[in-house]
Amino acid sequence: MSANGFLPARAGHLAGETRPGADAPLLAIDDLRVDFHQGQRVVRAVDGLGYEVGRARTVALIGESGSGKTVSSRAIMGLLPPTAHVRGSIRFEGQELVGLSEQELRPLRGGEIAMVFQDPSRSLNPTMRIGAQIVETIRMHGDMARPAALDRAAELMELVRLPAARERLRQYPHQLSGGMRQRVMIAIALAAGPKLLIADEATTALDVTTQAQIMELLHDLQRRLGMALIMISHDLGLAASFADEVLVMYAGRAVEQAPTRKLFAEVRMPYTRALLDAIPRLENPPHASLAAVPGQPPDLAAEHVGCPFAPRCPDASNRCREAAPPFAEQEPGHLWACWHPCGVQAPS
Amino acid sequence: MGVLASLRSPGAVVTGDPNIRNVAGAGLAAAERDPLLEVRDVVQEFTVRDRGGAKAGTVHAVSGVSFSLAAGETLGLVGETGSGKSTLARALLQAPGPKRGSVRFRGTELVGLKRRQLQEARRHIQMVFQDPFSSLDPTWRVGELVAEPLVAFKVGTAAQRRRRVEELLDRVGLDPARYIDRRPRELSGGQAQRVAIARALAIDPALIIYDEAVSSLDVLIRAQVLNLLERLRAELGLTYLFIAHDLALVKQVSDRVAVMYLGKLVELGPAESLYREPLHPYTVALLASIPSPDPTVRPEPVGKAIRGEPPSPIDPPSGCRFRTRCPRAQDICATEEPPLRELAEGHQAACHFPVTTDVPAPAVAREPAAS
Repeated sequence: MSANGFLPARAGHLAGETRPGADAPLLAIDDLRVDFHQGQRVVRAVDGLGYEVGRARTVALIGESGSGKTVSSRAIMGLLPPTAHVRGSIRFEGQELVGLSEQELRPLRGGEIAMVFQDPSRSLNPTMRIGAQIVETIRMHGDMARPAALDRAAELMELVRLPAARERLRQYPHQLSGGMRQRVMIAIALAAGPKLLIADEATTALDVTTQAQIMELLHDLQRRLGMALIMISHDLGLAASFADEVLVMYAGRAVEQAPTRKLFAEVRMPYTRALLDAIPRLENPPHASLAAVPGQPPDLAAEHVGCPFAPRCPDASNRCREAAPPFAEQEPGHLWACWHPCGVQAPS
Repeated sequence: MGVLASLRSPGAVVTGDPNIRNVAGAGLAAAERDPLLEVRDVVQEFTVRDRGGAKAGTVHAVSGVSFSLAAGETLGLVGETGSGKSTLARALLQAPGPKRGSVRFRGTELVGLKRRQLQEARRHIQMVFQDPFSSLDPTWRVGELVAEPLVAFKVGTAAQRRRRVEELLDRVGLDPARYIDRRPRELSGGQAQRVAIARALAIDPALIIYDEAVSSLDVLIRAQVLNLLERLRAELGLTYLFIAHDLALVKQVSDRVAVMYLGKLVELGPAESLYREPLHPYTVALLASIPSPDPTVRPEPVGKAIRGEPPSPIDPPSGCRFRTRCPRAQDICATEEPPLRELAEGHQAACHFPVTTDVPAPAVAREPAAS
């Protein structure tokens, strides 16, 4: 029950416990579909997504608005509104999550699986002291007396490198900067010692220097605590710096997936290429024009055949417009969905 | 890369030398010689009151900022939340005007100008904001939104205005036939921002201020809009003040770049040299914070370049405002405020211990020169 039980308690699952599902990947998503019914329209927000996350791995889900990256991760947490129809399979340590009741999901949510969102000020209760909010989460997921929980809260605050942790416990959210509030959100997410942390654009709203600090913190915590991390971002730069594996999504589907170095060295999917080429780079001289593919993402409520990127793709052929390419492992460890994958090496 | 002043759209009042000027190469010198906009010692402060209405403090939002902007030039203005960059932009537009200092546009002092005269001057300076949906009235149609400045300044007949709106939509890459009757909610973020740009162009401004105008767009749409801004600048001979927090983004469009920290201008220089040899430790930290889209580049811990979080602009640190986070800070930094001084050609920095070539700099300081 001592507060310093935090780190060892979590180290346990790294050693490989002999519990059911210990051999399975931590998270296995298969043919996940999420539809939103809006009157006559059916929006296919996630359209047959599948991927796995190994223990203590960092996977980056990369995509633009409407790519399905956020919706699919909320499906893991059971955090979608009632208008969402979820089909397919989401297994966590072998346990199927799709179809679980709210009550069955609750111990997992915030316990084994935790999430950090983009806007910390919306996730924190403005009328409650920071300490009370962390203690509440600790006690919700473990049988711990209040004084011990308070000790653990202070320990968590130190873990996320908030200076003057003890004093901060007595502060309210508005007394902290955006970066500090996000550190508090991370502390709360870590309170129950999750095996999987989902960071949904967790640094997007922060300033550049703060973003770098928070990303370093998440990366460091992921390693020290042996958690798996799903990093949801629009920023391929962040994925390159911090992820083991990258999954690129477009129009509700996975379009390319590979270990990070492989993906950046051997981009196959023209959409990934387009994303990379559209990033302003410090190496570019001023006024260099960016390679920008035309058009915009497809309407997810419209019926479409073929590859969803075909209307914008510089390499699209008739085949692309007629049949959707399967998302499959085409080279060892490298999956993509494209009839005409780029064969060129990406400039290093 | 040079811009012909004579290419400027016919609606604009051209004063000064109509001859060819190569702005990009000449940098600061050209701006000093014949500036379109001249900003001197601009100070903007706000009083914070407690619940009882008593004065609780002063927000030092902008503290003595000076720079010039030459016609045809793009100046990038970089800074984080609380740096004062947006407050400065509003002070330039006199909305509200600065507490102290001077803002001259084509030689005319804007500070203290009467409403009517200010309105006349303001038609030459337009602004585009981050969120087009909050700046575009949701009940209006695209055609009306773009025509509004024309109506306000009584330009042309209804038929002429209609033709002008179609031409403007076409210019920003929106098919007039498809978009002219739409309302903002029927547009994507990128399309709405194009409408906001068309609106800003309607009355032939000389200067456009972009305040994080592409920052919330998706990567591919952002690239499209950035390319559009560059094309418009070249075609119409526009001058830009491009405000953003992303240094890589700013480099893409800027001839010169200014860096603000907590209300102060800390560095200003030609884009190439500022990125190749940043002089201020804060600029170094900003550059070190950009994640590289190359996984073989191991990110340097950003803690080497900057620590902690920005202090409050209500009670900024004495001396150099960056000293509380600076890895190079010494005693003098707390007691003496470093003035902005020219350390390389056209390249100024406000630092007692600038990151120059002869002083060993943190390893993260240098971006390899573009070859």
